[in-house]
Amino acid sequence: MSASPIVPSSGWSTVRLVAGRELTTRMRSRAYVVTTLVMLVAVVVGGVVLHLAQGSSSAKVVGLTPQTTSLTQPLEAAAKAADDDVEVKPVPDDAAAKAGVEDGSLDAALTGDPTSFTVVVKKDLDSTSAAVLTSLRQQTALANAIQKLGGDPSAVSQQLSDVQLDVAPLQPQAQRDGAQIVAGYVAGILLFITLQTCAQLVAQGVVEEKSSRVVELLLATVRPWQLMAGKVLGIGVVGLVQVGVVVLGGAGTAAALGLVKASDIDLGATALWALVWFVVGFLMYSLALAALAALVSRQEDIGSVTAPVVMLMIVPYVIGISIAPWNPDSPIVVWLSYLPFCAPLVMPIRIALGTVETWQAIVSVLISLALLPALVWLAGRIYSNAVLRTGARVKLKDALRAA
Amino acid sequence: MPTLEIDHLDKAYGPVRALRDMTFDVPSGEIFGFVGSNGAGKTTTMRIALGVLAPDSGQVRWDGRPVDLEVRRRIGYMPEERGLYPRMRVDEQLVYLARLHGKTPAEAKDAMERWTEILGVAHRRTDEVQKLSLGNQQRVQLAAALVHDPEILVLDEPFSGLDPVAVDVMSGVLRERAEAGVPVLFSSHQLDLVERLCDRVGIIKDGQMVAEGAIEELRSEGRLQWSVDGAPASAWAPSLSAGSGLRVVSSEGPRTVVELDGVSAAARTSTADDAAQAVLRAALAAGPVRSFTPVRHSLVELYRDVVSTPTEEPAA
Repeated sequence: MSASPIVPSSGWSTVRLVAGRELTTRMRSRAYVVTTLVMLVAVVVGGVVLHLAQGSSSAKVVGLTPQTTSLTQPLEAAAKAADDDVEVKPVPDDAAAKAGVEDGSLDAALTGDPTSFTVVVKKDLDSTSAAVLTSLRQQTALANAIQKLGGDPSAVSQQLSDVQLDVAPLQPQAQRDGAQIVAGYVAGILLFITLQTCAQLVAQGVVEEKSSRVVELLLATVRPWQLMAGKVLGIGVVGLVQVGVVVLGGAGTAAALGLVKASDIDLGATALWALVWFVVGFLMYSLALAALAALVSRQEDIGSVTAPVVMLMIVPYVIGISIAPWNPDSPIVVWLSYLPFCAPLVMPIRIALGTVETWQAIVSVLISLALLPALVWLAGRIYSNAVLRTGARVKLKDALRAA
Repeated sequence: MPTLEIDHLDKAYGPVRALRDMTFDVPSGEIFGFVGSNGAGKTTTMRIALGVLAPDSGQVRWDGRPVDLEVRRRIGYMPEERGLYPRMRVDEQLVYLARLHGKTPAEAKDAMERWTEILGVAHRRTDEVQKLSLGNQQRVQLAAALVHDPEILVLDEPFSGLDPVAVDVMSGVLRERAEAGVPVLFSSHQLDLVERLCDRVGIIKDGQMVAEGAIEELRSEGRLQWSVDGAPASAWAPSLSAGSGLRVVSSEGPRTVVELDGVSAAARTSTADDAAQAVLRAALAAGPVRSFTPVRHSLVELYRDVVSTPTEEPAA
């Protein structure tokens, strides 16, 4: 015979082949490309919208006439003290100031004498600005009084600005702002969607091989564990690429538009943890779903056979995104964030909210990973015993027992 | 020459005994036809040979060694339940399967091109399998069994669903592979095809091998019968002596078939010769005889014969 000698292969080269097939066929599927793009567009557009919303509500433009232009520095100082974003814009005269306020290019204008200026607004002055401008008037009045008494107004204002309130909180609360809550939501939703889709892809792939009977052809040359491992790894990489693209897109948009201040949230760490949790979660859910899906022979039956594990994803997800952003230290959220099968959907939200120390996140990952060998063994056993039994649904009990 | 040995396989599904002491050999270069009614155990035997099913007892050996995964990678298998990835292209699918069997990417591509050419599906290489007609899917399925240049072929019903041209192509491929030294084991219900193609045949019933051998051997094990074309049976049959063991099996106008009870066709004995002469003399006495021939049984008849005989239940 002319056949060249067949190289005996190691188990893992077969796994690589199986994974490679999953990778190329999935990556080329239109559904995958479309969902990835839709999610990418969603996070980028979401970021831009957030940026525009912040942009229009923040910096208030205040017009200063040549007379009141001396108020620039104290106004900015007062605004800063009140955490209000004010932008000063010089205008040639009172009439121009009024016209600017009228056409909306100015939010307010200060006219008249610096010590007794008038605030020109379209209709009403918002409370923050009112407080800022009132304090500005008080400061100028104080400066005048100090000057009349022969003192140095700038020295006084220096002393005043050095005054600081010492606050000793008995129950320190981590500071959370909008950006953290948004990041928490994005992490929670993204992980839920991608873990669900990817684990379901594994289940569908298992049943596809069973229903098309190709599994018999494959298992004549491949061991069941190699087929299952290749499928899980291949689809895992496919999912990781998807999560990576979306996370990079989201983090990149946030960084480029300055949506988050570096002090509030560590964007890089949050993104990295999201990827870590995707890997951990994917391994657990997809192994469980691969084993359960091997029990049935028709795509229609996947839903009912995988329902218990899908519920195991939905419950922590719902608790995670409905409670964690508002109360990240609630005991149920904390417990779930350490529990295997729940942690991948809860811990990333807590990490994004900045309420966990790194060591706590690592402990949680280790707890989940510790369960993995048992899960691999169990899933492999169920899969091997059930995958060639086509027809009626195989009972879990039988799949566990039969050798 | 290495031989595929099926050695005393037993398999039960719950109370149903699917295989009982199934034993036969397929030496290199031989085409072995496996026939039997539905549920007789053909598929079970093949699945055990491919290791997708474990026997309760017994063993399958190749070249004297038990068939393990390394050997199985060198078997070309066509399962009864056809199976390919429906949404995968023909070329990619065949290359993938060849690579799973240990071929390098270049070898796999060459083999894919060669076999799609031979089997007449080269123009559908870039199509998804599900877009092909059933006949063409069947050709791709055979290509899947051949694409890794297997040393052994195990094909479950390779001819079902094929048009006559495809049957010829497939028969040619099996012959050519056998000539190249590959043992070919296949099952079929198309007995005329089995008769034409196979070197040896095994007829199984209720999980047991009930007849096995070259077609000629099986024929000679059939009943000893003669066909007479002459005067109607009523004119001469009564003159055959009662103690001779001769009886009329069928009689239609001038054609009469006479059988000698208790003697198989293999028995080239004087009893058989005497009986033949007795029949001829009786017929000649009643009128002219236009032809007198021993009956050659077709595989279909042998099969019917074997399958209709009740199998003895093993005592234990």
